Amino acid sequence: MVSSRTFSVKRQTGFGTIALLCFVLLYVPIATLVAYSFNAGPSIAIWEGFSWRWYIAAWNNQQIVETSVRSFVIASIAAVVATTAATMAALATTRTRPYRGLNFIYGFINQPLMVPEIVTGIALLIFFAIVKIWTGYTGLGYLIVAHTAFCIPFAYLPIRARLENMDLTLERAAADLYATPWMTFRKVTLPLLWPGIIAGLMLAFVVSLDDVVITELVKSGGQDTLPTYMLGQLRRVVTPEINAISSVFLLISIVIVTLFFFLNRKQT
Amino acid sequence: MGRAGSGERRSAIEAIGVSKVFGNGDDAVRALDNVDVTIRENEFFTLLGPSGCGKTTLLRLIAGFDFPTEGEIRLYGEDIAPLPPFKRPVNTVFQNYALFPHMTVAQNIGFGLEMLGKPKAEIDARISEMLKLVRMEELRNRRTSQISGGQQQRVALARALAPRPKVLLLDEPLSALDFKLRKDMQIELKRLQHETGITFIFVTHDQEEALTMSDRIAVMSKGHILQIGSPRDIYDRPAERFVANFIGDTNFLEGQVKEVHGSKARIALNAGAEVEAGISEGANPQGNVTIVVRPEHAAIQARPGADALKGTIENIVYFGTDTHFHIKLASGPHFIVRQQNRHGAGEEFKTGMPVGVEIGQNAAQVLKD
Repeated sequence: MVSSRTFSVKRQTGFGTIALLCFVLLYVPIATLVAYSFNAGPSIAIWEGFSWRWYIAAWNNQQIVETSVRSFVIASIAAVVATTAATMAALATTRTRPYRGLNFIYGFINQPLMVPEIVTGIALLIFFAIVKIWTGYTGLGYLIVAHTAFCIPFAYLPIRARLENMDLTLERAAADLYATPWMTFRKVTLPLLWPGIIAGLMLAFVVSLDDVVITELVKSGGQDTLPTYMLGQLRRVVTPEINAISSVFLLISIVIVTLFFFLNRKQT
Repeated sequence: MGRAGSGERRSAIEAIGVSKVFGNGDDAVRALDNVDVTIRENEFFTLLGPSGCGKTTLLRLIAGFDFPTEGEIRLYGEDIAPLPPFKRPVNTVFQNYALFPHMTVAQNIGFGLEMLGKPKAEIDARISEMLKLVRMEELRNRRTSQISGGQQQRVALARALAPRPKVLLLDEPLSALDFKLRKDMQIELKRLQHETGITFIFVTHDQEEALTMSDRIAVMSKGHILQIGSPRDIYDRPAERFVANFIGDTNFLEGQVKEVHGSKARIALNAGAEVEAGISEGANPQGNVTIVVRPEHAAIQARPGADALKGTIENIVYFGTDTHFHIKLASGPHFIVRQQNRHGAGEEFKTGMPVGVEIGQNAAQVLKD
């Protein structure tokens, strides 16, 4: 038992109220959004009974299907490329003696977490405009490259955490048992690193999937992703269709984050 | 044991003028300073010393996890100092075992042979043989996280022995085990060394472990080897104050050398008696010297004889199997006598009683420093 004299924030006046308020603000809007996705009527504010109608409408909406596929393609490729780069970066920054400038390199890798997204977005917009003139290429590649770039730190952090917690004597033991550096990596480091890599991959995937700012700035005509399409819809008539898409989106995110949580728990 | 008295054995490991410096400039630490040691084929050799004495550094240099700043490390005559660890026919049992957590017991044991590219049938046969050797046959397909600390220890041993290393290095492998298990493993290690005939180099800071298991011990301090010898040599005939202090309890007495004959010297103790004391190899004692006497090599007397040291009992500490008498000698210093508790013995002694201390035959040794 905690002694009654130790400081406990839980016993301060108003703690319960503030906590409750935070949870209400966080979850009531989301709960409302999900509830109205099942509305039988065309309003997002007046309840007219339960129905799957808007889910069916969304499923039959060619644009939603098209933008969803595009989102998944971009997120999948960006997550895989970013995780590969992040894995190499994490190995290079942990499997070495600490040297001057290592903190600078951490900052360098994590730059997308610190630079405002709108700045990165505009920078990419201008840079890609120049590249487009030079090459004439206007495909999906720009979005994929942009997403890869800002996904790297999200993939990097869990992989680095996993590497730092890994017992270095395991790799030493492998070397002692006649494993060359490459075999040590393949047989010991990589298998133990997998949970971190998967976690990084999923995090990068989710981050890419719901990006709006950079996508909005970088995309060419007809390259809407699901989030930018939804944003566009909000400017016109709003129906519970948007609630239905959001709810599915939410479900996918919850599934991925839950998997991420369990993979992280397995490491310890 | 047939191995004893087989004369000169081949040397398995030779360290020649080995120094290891960590860091540079003002921060430089000399972890090993010009160390020379020869470890013979087939022996159980222990590097003993407190933490920071350089014992683990020397082990790491032999394993190849670090490279010497100066000097050579020879394995059966060949300089291996520049070779990476995976090219040395030497295996290590790590302090924390370092078992691969994503592999089964069998996969761990077979890892070295697999890396050496041995055929699968041979690896399987060797795994079975090793499991039998460490008495773990029934745990073959367990994950290493599903077995106890003592069992992990055995797997670590089996894994290191499986590739038939020329030398096995053991880095304080018993320190994580509880007392009872440690005692069992000491006997187990001795048996394994005997059965496999592999040279064991064992690192520990535990003097008792060193004395019970080793053929020879090297006592280390501050990057130097102070004394190399059999457990009996080290315990009964310590050459230096550090060695005497580090291993067991010791009494130090000051005296003057009266005469030297062969490996013995006659010393007139400041405490008022004369003793015959052994001389360490290569030492030439003169003038003022310090001698050491182990507490159990002296006897306490209620009626002191003519050549006994006189004093009074300050304290009596009862240990069950034996009793320690703390005696203040008339000349000043303190002296501890350990006496085994035979039935009824020692009961006549009381604190404050005047007593005599008799130093046994061959009990005293002259220190070099």
